[in-house]
Amino acid sequence: MDHLPTLVSEARDAIQAAQSVAALDELRVRYLGKKGEVTALLKGLGKLSAEERPAAGERINQAKQTLADEIDAKREQLESAALNARLAAESIDVTLPGRGQASGGLHPVTRTLERIEGLFTRIGYDVAVGPEIEDDYHNFEALNIPAHHPARGMADTFYFDATRLLRTHTSPVQVRTMKSSEPPIRIVCPGRVYRSDSDLTHTPMFHQVEGLLVDEGVSFADLKGTIEDFLQAFFERDDLSVRFRPSYFPFTEPSAEVDIQCVMCSGAGCRVCSHSGWLEVMGCGMVHPEVFRHSGIDTERYTGFAFGMGAERLAMLRYGVNDLRLFFENDLRFLRQFA
Amino acid sequence: MKFSEQWLREWVSPQLETQAMADQITMAGLEVDAVEAVAAAFSGVVVAEVLSKEKHPDADKLNVCTVNDGSGEPVQVVCGAPNVDIGQKIPFAQVGGVLPGDFKIKKAKLRGVESRGMICSASELGLEEETSPGILVLSASAPVGDDFREFMHLNDMTIEVDLTPNRGDCLSIKGMAREVGVLNRLPVDGPAIAPVEAAIEDSFAVSIEAPEQCPRYLGRVIKGVNVQAETPLWMVERLRRSGVRSIDPVVDITNYVMLELGQPMHAFDRDNLQGGMVVRMAKPGEKLTLLDGNEVALRPETLVIADHSGPLAMAGVMGGENSGVNQNTQTIFLESAFFTPLAIAGQARSYGLHTDASHRFERGVDPQLTPVAVERATQLLIEVCGGQAGPVVETQSVEHMPAERAILLRSARLEQALSKALDSDDVTDILQRLGLDVSVQDVGWAVTAPSWRFDLAIEEDLIEEVARIHGYNNLPVRRPAARLALRSADEATLTQARLRRQMVARGFQEAITYSFVAPELQATMLPDAVSPALANPISADLSVMRASLFPGLVRAMEYNLNRQQARVRLFETGLVFNGELDALSQVPMLGALVCGPREAEGWGDVKGRVDFYDLKGDLESVLALGGDADAWRFEPAEHPALHPGQSAQLLHHGEPAGWIGTLHPQVRAALGLKMDAVLFEVRLDALSQGRIPAFEPLSRFPEVRRDLAFILKEATSVQALLDCAKQQAGEYLQDIKLFDVYSGKGVAEGHKSIALGLTWQHPSRTLNDEEINQLVDSIVTQVRVKLDAELRS
Repeated sequence: MDHLPTLVSEARDAIQAAQSVAALDELRVRYLGKKGEVTALLKGLGKLSAEERPAAGERINQAKQTLADEIDAKREQLESAALNARLAAESIDVTLPGRGQASGGLHPVTRTLERIEGLFTRIGYDVAVGPEIEDDYHNFEALNIPAHHPARGMADTFYFDATRLLRTHTSPVQVRTMKSSEPPIRIVCPGRVYRSDSDLTHTPMFHQVEGLLVDEGVSFADLKGTIEDFLQAFFERDDLSVRFRPSYFPFTEPSAEVDIQCVMCSGAGCRVCSHSGWLEVMGCGMVHPEVFRHSGIDTERYTGFAFGMGAERLAMLRYGVNDLRLFFENDLRFLRQFA
Repeated sequence: MKFSEQWLREWVSPQLETQAMADQITMAGLEVDAVEAVAAAFSGVVVAEVLSKEKHPDADKLNVCTVNDGSGEPVQVVCGAPNVDIGQKIPFAQVGGVLPGDFKIKKAKLRGVESRGMICSASELGLEEETSPGILVLSASAPVGDDFREFMHLNDMTIEVDLTPNRGDCLSIKGMAREVGVLNRLPVDGPAIAPVEAAIEDSFAVSIEAPEQCPRYLGRVIKGVNVQAETPLWMVERLRRSGVRSIDPVVDITNYVMLELGQPMHAFDRDNLQGGMVVRMAKPGEKLTLLDGNEVALRPETLVIADHSGPLAMAGVMGGENSGVNQNTQTIFLESAFFTPLAIAGQARSYGLHTDASHRFERGVDPQLTPVAVERATQLLIEVCGGQAGPVVETQSVEHMPAERAILLRSARLEQALSKALDSDDVTDILQRLGLDVSVQDVGWAVTAPSWRFDLAIEEDLIEEVARIHGYNNLPVRRPAARLALRSADEATLTQARLRRQMVARGFQEAITYSFVAPELQATMLPDAVSPALANPISADLSVMRASLFPGLVRAMEYNLNRQQARVRLFETGLVFNGELDALSQVPMLGALVCGPREAEGWGDVKGRVDFYDLKGDLESVLALGGDADAWRFEPAEHPALHPGQSAQLLHHGEPAGWIGTLHPQVRAALGLKMDAVLFEVRLDALSQGRIPAFEPLSRFPEVRRDLAFILKEATSVQALLDCAKQQAGEYLQDIKLFDVYSGKGVAEGHKSIALGLTWQHPSRTLNDEEINQLVDSIVTQVRVKLDAELRS
């Protein structure tokens, strides 16, 4: 009994000196286990008198608690040190590049087409598509471009035979949609179109988006509003100036070319806009009654507008691409810039 | 249409600067392409008269002249031009003057003789592109001492307008002036054109055998014409400013009248004409040598002007070489006709021609202009070449003349169309100034379109005219209103955008290749393909429609390999074209190609080059998008472009829907490709078919898994094993995984070991060993019977 303080002090030193959780477990057994030294003292209480027993018992239990607490504290300390050591050993260079496939990217023309489609579908337009090998009727005749019409000279057409051709615009999709559905009609028609032309500023294939809205009471003002909104949204420029110039398309009347303030120089004049401050970006107009007639739409009840734009042209202006031909070379160094 | 601003301003002259007027014209729908000075900058050039001319003492080709430049003193100048002569009025550059190209005129000595100035040629003044053979000789009435620029009206601009094909009426000064007049609400005045009375009785018979194509033909004989006369300089200048070269006075005058009024004309040498003029369609076998020297075989749909000996001219397109005016011509027969647009349209182009005349007739020349033009040309011819005119002989088929077009423009419709009520008087004024015959009525305006406006036929045409003159940009802007109707959305269908994004996520760059390819390339890859060929391709390399996305993708791969891009992952969506034109299918496909290292160069442990299974994994990730991957199967099959042992046809619900495989080594060799590639293409309609998820309750009972390894013959497909196993595994099979493929030590030659992990689970109870063992036994037995394969021990 008298050596309790010594025993406690000895045990505490041993606990503090322990280097591992295993060593600590050994100490617990040695002092506090069933056959442990402190437990043995408790067993010796019987030899004491009844008066001495409670005080002695309390001292032994106190000592036992103290040692148990110290062992727990030491264990926590050792475990945390072990964890830290393990974490330190497991640290990696997080600046090394990650493994696996890098993602690819959409073609800038697709990106542009999807952007245009998105702007229109969000306000209730549908997307319509059609065949690329078309017939004379859908590409010309139904669009009020009869044989020998001078406008046929405007689009140098690729032919397969006398009546079959590669569509020169996406307008045939308009015709097909109007024939197969009833107004109100709101569609955009994106797709490949073909013209027999190849030089610095022309490729024999390119992409157009055609838009069509047919309803009761549609006016030229609606067309102007739609085009202005679209161009400002597409270029994300609320203050973009847009102007409408009278023009001629056989399938619209009145017809207009649309110019925007040059997005490269903000209208100050530069090489891109030929120092005019304006860029021609699309054509549009009110649907010609003859086109409605071909599609069986009542021209007194319904009016509508149509517009068409070149996706490559808009992509060039939006992303600053300076050479049209790049779009179809499929050079990865070019394509990756649009990922 | 290219013209001199000053010429236009003689007809109508708004108080606007050149650029402002050009902008106004552009904004009226007649797009001004260019505004350029008619002459380069030069100064210090005056009109002078040659007073004397003597041979240079020391140079054969030089003359020493004195000129009167209005300064009072004769000025000595050395001149090398062969045509210089005493009494000529000439442009004289004085000392201190500056010619185009910043060429300064200084006092000089030429072979010892002092020269103070320079007598100029047209090219030295920038008035002619080609080097002129001699000095420019001015009219005798040119006032000595006057500034040459002022005298020649060189402070003028050329305005070039790119006209849309509906505005043939603006292919003349008269037409342009009419537009400018309307835009500025100004009157338009041209030169007075009085009929030239017949001084002689000579005429030449004309008969029209093709009145539908030529309803009106006016002819006039003019006798005693001096074709050696010089075209007056002012006319040469106006022609030049319109981009027309001076040829001879007769041609110049017909061109001048065409530019001024819009009527193309033709002059024949009367003495070469036989019998009478016949306007008719060409006869089979007829030939004609045109003015440009080319002989053409005429087709029966071509309108010709003939005499009794045969065709003389292709009507409305080009004259013949042998019937036109030549140096010896004494008497001319002047033609002013109306050929209908349909008769001329496409004719010139079909012979590879395009002339000022055909350009105008195709678009429509005012049928009422023929008599005016003939008088104007006669007047000018007599002024310039002398001669005496016979009577104008007119042949007309009234019933074939263009019908008058009466159109009603309703004010309510106009207001609805433009969302604006325009001032009624203003509308009337616009219509009248455009030349329409207007009657104001209660409902609006009843008008008759003028004979020169072939493009005005319906109400909308008039709405455009009013809107155009009023100014598109002065019209209101609003947003269309529509009902907010919800539309159903097809949830099971995957959009192309979704499929493309999956390819992008798998590391592919999207390509867009031409839809037409080189026939040799397509034949090498797809010898059996039938696809339409273009009748007029832009080049042989782009002449046949692609029957597959493979050729384009392979070309794009090659393009990149040639540019040090060793790793290519490309995909494309687009139509492929299969079959003859009459049985054509235009099918949207998704195609992809990979070649090079499996992953981009890096530090990681993924090594090796891409193979079939890499691309198959990419494809499977796409097939799984719609939640219906089970609809797809890969069947071993041969494709001419693909390695026969490494290619599969894709079946969607049992229907062929695409191909995947390694590029055939022979194809690779034939195309000279530096690398192997793996490709696929699949029909987009099949790819986009997904399904709407259908929930199945989750089982609370434990799963049971059994792993089975089979020894299969090398030739037996894994698909067959899986099919067999699934068939026998009962309804509670949850999943079947293939977790090992092995051949080599421990597995007999010509065999492979395939390890499957099968998982069962019952929805409402725990499965017991006994029933699982029965299922496993059944699988093993079936595999043995059907595939001659054993369980690996």
